[in-house]
Amino acid sequence: MTVLDDASVGTELPALRIPPISRTTLALFAGASGDTNPIHLDHLIAKSAGMDDVFAHGMLSMAYLARLLTDIAPQERLRSYGVRFAAITPVEAEPTCTAKVVAIEEVDGERRATLELIAALPDGTTTLAGSAVVALA
Amino acid sequence: MGVDPAAIGTVLEPVSMDIERGRLVAFARATGQLDPVYSDLDAAKNAGHRDLPVPPTFLFAIEQELPNAFQWGLDLGIDLRYVLHGGQDFSYHRMAYAGERLTATSTIAEVYTKRGGALEFVVKKTAVTDESGSLVADLTLTLVVRHPEVAA
Repeated sequence: MTVLDDASVGTELPALRIPPISRTTLALFAGASGDTNPIHLDHLIAKSAGMDDVFAHGMLSMAYLARLLTDIAPQERLRSYGVRFAAITPVEAEPTCTAKVVAIEEVDGERRATLELIAALPDGTTTLAGSAVVALA
Repeated sequence: MGVDPAAIGTVLEPVSMDIERGRLVAFARATGQLDPVYSDLDAAKNAGHRDLPVPPTFLFAIEQELPNAFQWGLDLGIDLRYVLHGGQDFSYHRMAYAGERLTATSTIAEVYTKRGGALEFVVKKTAVTDESGSLVADLTLTLVVRHPEVAA
C-alpha cells in the first residue's frame, strides 16, 4: 500500500519542496539530461534573448514533479504524465510541487487515479501545470 | 519568419541511446532524487527491478544525444534563443532499464500560430522503441517560438 492507495477524489498528496535551484544544478542537469541549450547556462546568451538571467530547464521542474509521482506510487504504475510549462523558473527559485487526486476510474481492467499536478514559486506563480494517470494497487 | 507548414509529416532520422547506469545515477543526482531505487543497483533489485529503472522523464534525453540536438529546429528556421518548451507529454507502455538500447523516432506533427503570428507552436511526436522494435513510450513535445518582431 502506498499513500495513493488510500486516496479518494480531492485528496491532496504530500507536497515536495525543492531547495533553491543553483547554477550548478542547472549545469548538472544539462549534462545528465543532455539538454545543453545555453539559455539555461550562459547569462550572455540569456540576455541576448531578452531575459534577465539564465532560468531553469522546464524538464528539470518536470523531473521534480516526477519525483513526487514516484514517491507516492512505484513507477511501474505510471501510465501517462504530461505538463504545460506556464512560466519560467528563475535561477535560485524554490519551487513546490503538489498533486491532487481529481478522478478515480476503471480503465482497461484496473483502477486508475488522475492527478492534477502543479509546480509553483513561493509568490504563487504556477510554473508548470499538468496531470498524470497512476494505476492503484 | 515562421515555420513552413509543409514541414508537417516530416519524419526525422531515428536516434539511439545506450542507457547507461552511470548516466542514470547522474540524472538522479541532478534532479535531487534520493530514492536509492534510481541510483543503487541492489536497491533497484530489491524493489523487483532487473536493473536501474529509467525515470519517467529521462526518455526525453534520447534525442539530445545528437551532436546538435536542435538541428531539426534549425532546419525549420527556428532561432534557438526564442524557443520555449511549451509542453511535454509521456505515455508509458512499459518500464525501461539501464542496459537497454532505446531508439527515438520523431515526426513533426503540427505547426500553428497564435496572437497574429507572435507565437508559433511546433508539435513533435516521438516513439521510443526497444531493440525488438516494441514501443516503450510515446512522447509529445510542444515548442513555442516567440516572434518578438511581430506586434502581438
